[in-house]
Amino acid sequence: MSETITAPGDAPARVPGKPGGRRRPPRGRKVLPYLLLLPALIAELAIHVIPMLVGAWMSLLHLTQFFIRNWTAAPYGGLTNYRVAMDLNGPVGKDLLHSFFVTVAVTVLVVSGAWLFGLAGSVLLDRPFRGRGALRTLFLVPYALPVFTAVITWRFMFQRDNGMVNTVLSDELHIQHGHPFWLLGGNSFAALVIINIWRLWPFAFLTLTAGLQSIPGDLHEAAAIDGAGFLRRLRSVTLPLLRPVNRVLLLVLFLWTFNDFNTAYILFDLPPTSADVISIHIYNASFITWNFGLGSAMSVLLLAFLLVVTLGYLGTGRLRRRYA
Amino acid sequence: MKARGIAALAASAMLAAGLAACGSGGDNKSSPKTLTYWASNQGRSIQQDQQVLGPELKKFEAKTGIKVKLEVIGWPDLLNRILAATSSGQGPDVVNVGNTWSASLQATGAFQAFDDATIAKVGGKAKFIPSTLTSAGAPGKPPAFVPIYGLAYGLFYNKKLFADAGIKPPQTWQDLVTDAKKLTVPAKKQYGVGMLGASYTEGSHFAFMFGAQNGAKLFDGGQPGFDSPQMVAGVKQYVNLLAGDKVVDPTDAEYVNDSDLLKDFAKGRFGMMMIQSYATAGIQENGMKASEFGVVPIPVLNPLPAGGRKVSSHVAGINIGVFKNTKNKDGALKLVDFLTSPDEQKILNGTFGDLPVVPEAYNDPKFQTPEIQTFKDVLANSAETLPMIPQEAQFETLVGNTVKQLIADAASGKTVDDQAIKNQLTAANKKMQSGG
Amino acid sequence: MHDSTALRWVRGVVLTLLTIFTVLPLYVMVVSSVKPLQDVQGAFTWVPSHVTFQPFVDMWHTVPLGRYFMNSLIVSVSATVCSVLIAIITGYAVSRYKFRGRGTFMTVVLSTQMFPGILFLLPLFLIFVNIDRYTGIVLYGSRLGLTITYLTFALPFSIWLIAGYFDTIPRELDEAARVDGAGPIRTLIRVLLPVAAPGIVAVAIYAFMTAWGEVLFASVLTDESTRTLAVGLRGYANQSNVYWNQVMAASLVISLPVVIGFLGLQRFLVHGLTAGAVKT
Repeated sequence: MSETITAPGDAPARVPGKPGGRRRPPRGRKVLPYLLLLPALIAELAIHVIPMLVGAWMSLLHLTQFFIRNWTAAPYGGLTNYRVAMDLNGPVGKDLLHSFFVTVAVTVLVVSGAWLFGLAGSVLLDRPFRGRGALRTLFLVPYALPVFTAVITWRFMFQRDNGMVNTVLSDELHIQHGHPFWLLGGNSFAALVIINIWRLWPFAFLTLTAGLQSIPGDLHEAAAIDGAGFLRRLRSVTLPLLRPVNRVLLLVLFLWTFNDFNTAYILFDLPPTSADVISIHIYNASFITWNFGLGSAMSVLLLAFLLVVTLGYLGTGRLRRRYA
Repeated sequence: MKARGIAALAASAMLAAGLAACGSGGDNKSSPKTLTYWASNQGRSIQQDQQVLGPELKKFEAKTGIKVKLEVIGWPDLLNRILAATSSGQGPDVVNVGNTWSASLQATGAFQAFDDATIAKVGGKAKFIPSTLTSAGAPGKPPAFVPIYGLAYGLFYNKKLFADAGIKPPQTWQDLVTDAKKLTVPAKKQYGVGMLGASYTEGSHFAFMFGAQNGAKLFDGGQPGFDSPQMVAGVKQYVNLLAGDKVVDPTDAEYVNDSDLLKDFAKGRFGMMMIQSYATAGIQENGMKASEFGVVPIPVLNPLPAGGRKVSSHVAGINIGVFKNTKNKDGALKLVDFLTSPDEQKILNGTFGDLPVVPEAYNDPKFQTPEIQTFKDVLANSAETLPMIPQEAQFETLVGNTVKQLIADAASGKTVDDQAIKNQLTAANKKMQSGG
Repeated sequence: MHDSTALRWVRGVVLTLLTIFTVLPLYVMVVSSVKPLQDVQGAFTWVPSHVTFQPFVDMWHTVPLGRYFMNSLIVSVSATVCSVLIAIITGYAVSRYKFRGRGTFMTVVLSTQMFPGILFLLPLFLIFVNIDRYTGIVLYGSRLGLTITYLTFALPFSIWLIAGYFDTIPRELDEAARVDGAGPIRTLIRVLLPVAAPGIVAVAIYAFMTAWGEVLFASVLTDESTRTLAVGLRGYANQSNVYWNQVMAASLVISLPVVIGFLGLQRFLVHGLTAGAVKT
């Protein structure tokens, strides 16, 4: 494809003696970048932006089962759906708030757990030793595994009677008594956190390994010669230098965990209250009561929250500065 | 320089073209000479459904020249798929639905009404057993569906375990609880009753039945009454098997798939289970002989509380309907007529272990067993139709999930008393009100 | 410079624990896939009562796994190719041209990364359906629709990473190429792409993995004939028996291509992350 396209483009440039052509930016130069952006722009508009706006519009409608066949005829409800979703005395608002707190708790535990594991793994594997390459490869496997195969395996392990987790904890190690449920009741929260850490820590590991590799080795040498111990070096050399990496890494982990739908969906079908994370809560709120307007309103609230957190975290205008 | 711009444009265009070429377009959905039929999962697996329906649909093709594209959809996906088809107008021509959803789906306006002229094309009203037509749409309106498979709840019991314990099939609910306690020997991992604790549909059905025994009305003038004292008592009657009487293996709280339950029943892990008639086939597939288990109507409270009704099943079953968007309405109706014809009813219901919806089919000896007779009696004497109102599907999901949650709580050791039940039902009730 | 004994001990213990945590589920997956059915229906055992490869044979018949596999493959490969191509030309524009709206563009594109899928799932579905109704282009229930959806999922990160990569390449190289008479396209292909190759590989891995593992949209936007593995695997639960050994065997087979590809190419990902993402 390159041959046919570049050929006509090259032709005039090879003609010598037209130096003036480069002095003022020609019109093509102004249009070209926009043309190049076009495919990405169309794709993002079509799949993300426009549907999001439609979703925001739907949140203002009483879009119930009576109108799903012809949803444009659904009556306009103004902010009613938002009022229902945010009425903390009503059952809908109360459940949404509960689900929000569950999600926050899951996110805090998963992000910090994944980050700590990733840091430990990457720092401890920074020094060469026998078997380092093999361990590095092994640690990445959970991240490479498709979500649904990973979670379905965990689901198999967390079964009450025949699951591996209960067999090991109760019958072999005798750490716990009897066979508790992992996929029902309070333990399901722990199950969700464990699985998410398992899936995400390799990503933290990978990113931090990449970050460590860009730290010049002589900095460590110098610190070591100064007599700084391992922990000192970690605190005063490694961590400060990893700060830019961490900034991005923590944000990405946060967004992934907070928006995660797949794990809870595959693990529970319908999550128990204690593991009722927000994206699946909204999904069920829409489909169970067939009230898609209300579901949309909840999604918009979720997006608003994520926007505020992300912008607050990045400091407004940071992205603009880079690309202005 | 201009040429460069053009080159870039060409590049973008090629990319766009490449993009459009990505993936391979879908197939053409429907044409007048073919029909798409979404069947529900009636057999032991989706494959079995395909194997059973395939040859029958070939017969239909031979008869009418219409080719039927069959898709069998599992229960967890069926309602959402129908909703998606409804909102998009991109659906099948003919579809099976759980009969309790009939009024809810009717309200979307996406289904062809079976008014007198239309129902005449599938054999007329008189073709069907009258009770089965009560759950085909809201009262006072032409039904949106016609029945295809009939079902009813019954109490299945293990004859050997009953003989060992020296008990007879229970006549009253109180007997059932007493018997269950006699059968429960946790040390031997043997329990009185088995249940599909994680199935919200089962939960909602039992909430309805036992609520009715206690005198509850689910909806009064369109207003939900999920948290009335009668409903609380009804839900308690069911959940208490696990929570208070402890005659259910807590593991059952994880069960969502009947295969788990049927397997345990066939192995003698528990003595009784309340399940719909289709289980007859599944139990035998799991290696239990027909002579080793029996079926009686689910016993009701005796005496019934004030206002209580003798309900031991809802009028369960599967309906079949035609999407208004079909390009071949006559063909679609022909298919409905074909599948509900006595011959097909005998074949299909016989294989799946369901009850025919047309009286003629019962001439066949395979429907003259004592089990089938029990289910026929249940439908005739102690079955009530779930309220045929648009909000019914939400009742099933909301109350069903509440029951599921309560069972999970009980199984994991939390106290499930009247107050806990009442609180959860009140929440469901309020969600129903704010959802509508 | 030597590590102290204490440090070596800590390292040994921590790495052992991490290894056990990582390996356990992988072990369960592998070992259960070669167990006979009665083994996976009873209490967990570390070793199979006898090793059988029957699950790997049976799994293709229990659900139409082969078709799901093909669907996943077609959709994921198409989405990857398209999203990499688009990311390259977009990254090129963002890195090499100054134009009005560049900052806004990047902000919008990057912020789509945080949209909760649940917000635009239903509207997207309705839009697809309406496109079909008015233009006859079948997006709902087709692989095309899923491909287009997936390519946008990977796009923001891909553009960002590739633009970052291009930024690290000195503009003098472009100038030199231009003096030699190369146009922008040729500069892109001859100068920028070779240097950015690791970043491109990284982006391709990311895009492929995103598409291969996506569940939510696949469950709504596909029908029986276009179902992908992510949804199809649920089909094993709709059986008269839950064949856990087959589920594990299928999971293993589904995972292997991605895991092998990922591990083979992960050094590019490390490199790509170092050069592109990390330099913010």
